[in-house]
Amino acid sequence: GTIGPVEAAIRTKLEQALNPEVLELRNESGGHAVPPGSETHFRVAVVSSRFEGLSPLQRHRLVHAALSEELAGPVHALAIQARTPAQWKENPQLDMSPPCLGGNKKTRGT
Amino acid sequence: GSGSAEQLDALVKKDKVVVFLKGTPEQPQCGFSNAVVQILRLHGVRDYAAYNVLDDPQLRQGIKDYSNWPTIPQVYLDGEFVGGCDILLQMHQNGDLVEELKKLGIRSALLDEKKDQDS
Repeated sequence: GTIGPVEAAIRTKLEQALNPEVLELRNESGGHAVPPGSETHFRVAVVSSRFEGLSPLQRHRLVHAALSEELAGPVHALAIQARTPAQWKENPQLDMSPPCLGGNKKTRGT
Repeated sequence: GSGSAEQLDALVKKDKVVVFLKGTPEQPQCGFSNAVVQILRLHGVRDYAAYNVLDDPQLRQGIKDYSNWPTIPQVYLDGEFVGGCDILLQMHQNGDLVEELKKLGIRSALLDEKKDQDS
């Protein structure tokens, strides 16, 4: 499919912030209870030497910081694989996300 | 409100294992929240506090502000924010979760499984 503006922005910002060797980005909105063409759920694999020596939490926070606007806005879910180049070499693939379970569409009431 | 920093601080420290989910452990309403539930189940962690952010918009926003983390699910061990589903999965896969649970006095069921396989 076509790349939407949110996806393009995510890619640009992560490239600028983390100078990644590899950046794999997948719009997973189609697998969730949102309208077609949505840009709300993403999965990203970022491979950067800037992650060396950082805990998983620290790495994820770096990614969040780069995408603070998107995460405060349209992006509801962001699955992150933050790897150093050596780690990526061991397992160079974007994982699968678990299936959607409906979200708050299932609940009714106040 | 239910989302104040003081209240949330007390909440995450009240129990050793605390998770904020979309839905409940019995009926998760998000695949990522479900992954957290399933990982805890695999390790035999039964006594944990689970809070459903879908029930409470103040809680839903409050916990994100408290941890400075933009998404749900959120996992707290020993009162400390550990991460979301991706990080918990990583910890599960690399053995860190077994170690962290041990520090809390919780013996992971996976250790007993391994013992059975070895004998």
